[in-house]
Amino acid sequence: MSGGKEIKGQISSIKNTQKITKAMEMVAASKMKKAQMRMAAARPYAKMIKNVVGHLASAHQEYRHPFLVKRESVKRVGLIIISTDRGLCGGLNTNLFKEVLKKVNDWNNQSIEVDVCAIGSKAEKFFKRLNVNLVAQVSHLGDSPEINDVIGSIKIMLDNFTDGNIDELYLAENKFINTMSQEPGIIHLLPTEPNKEDEFSHHWDYIYEPDSKSVIDNLLVRYIESLVYQGIVENVACEMSARMVAMKSASDNASNLIDELQLIYNKARQASITQELSEIVAGAAAV
Amino acid sequence: MSTMHLDIVSAEEEIFSGTVKNLSAAAMMGEVGIFPKHTPMITPLKPGEIKVITENDEEMLFFISGGVLEVQPEVVTVLADTAIRGEDLDEAKAAEAKKRAEEALADKSDNIDAAKALAELAQAAAQLKMIETLRKKSK
Repeated sequence: MSGGKEIKGQISSIKNTQKITKAMEMVAASKMKKAQMRMAAARPYAKMIKNVVGHLASAHQEYRHPFLVKRESVKRVGLIIISTDRGLCGGLNTNLFKEVLKKVNDWNNQSIEVDVCAIGSKAEKFFKRLNVNLVAQVSHLGDSPEINDVIGSIKIMLDNFTDGNIDELYLAENKFINTMSQEPGIIHLLPTEPNKEDEFSHHWDYIYEPDSKSVIDNLLVRYIESLVYQGIVENVACEMSARMVAMKSASDNASNLIDELQLIYNKARQASITQELSEIVAGAAAV
Repeated sequence: MSTMHLDIVSAEEEIFSGTVKNLSAAAMMGEVGIFPKHTPMITPLKPGEIKVITENDEEMLFFISGGVLEVQPEVVTVLADTAIRGEDLDEAKAAEAKKRAEEALADKSDNIDAAKALAELAQAAAQLKMIETLRKKSK
């Protein structure tokens, strides 16, 4: 009965792995629910601030903020990329990085340089290897990220934009479609083009207190922050659901593997019994 | 008496959404009271309380650590900050993020600590004030 013991050992080690993947699946499932709730909770703010910025754009204003002005030539762009801190979440990060690489190559071909702000340690590691200009980095935000943690990194990018170091700002993030699918995408942040859906027929303007410049500055910074924050919260939901799905398929694969090995083990066992029997029978016949 | 719709939201959650008769808030230039049909206005808010009279004449108090108030004739929106903000403070956070990127050791200078303390003090004072008003009311 050669190999029987090895196969048995293999089966038990796969069983152990399966236990781990199952536990991770369940943890991810419960975290996913919370993450989705957080994502939903962050939505009203994003919607409201979008409305307000939309109103601002349609209001007749004497002050045009640099964030709203399109630049003629683009020499350098900023890219904020949101990734997870931990792995084992399927192709979530890889798909996003692929998308980003494509875009970065496009920019390189047009001899546009790229400044990167990495959110999440996976992005940091990826871009360190890639040898791009990493200007800001923040990671280990946990499962309930706070806007407080990302203000600094975003400010660096916004300052770079205001100072003219970068001419456009992009955000690379995973869109949460449903539990089974997440879609990587790169969206344009700056210069921003607020929606002008609810156009007012007459010219009107706000009363700005203390003055329009500081109010608009204030608001647009918050607008960009809210977009990035929304992306981060969404990414947590993506991470959890991707991990849940990945771990579920890993557990399923493990049970398939165990079934197959069990079959091989049984066959080997049967073969050895048959052999033993025939040896005994042959021995008896010889006597 | 006419009413208007009020939304108080922060980046992390929705705080209040409903129909109200009026509200008062601590704007950058001083306390403001908003009634329905107010002309469009937009102003930053200081850390402080927002007092709301709902359509059922209930009084509600919310504490916010700053934000933006947008007024339209029928709709009022408060975009509340969850973080303690301040020019120096944001600057400090930016520097921190940069430092992380450069992987250098952080060394916080004195004026950053002072700015943070100041912002925290303003917030704590506003919180205290609200507790006092609440206490007075319960008496």
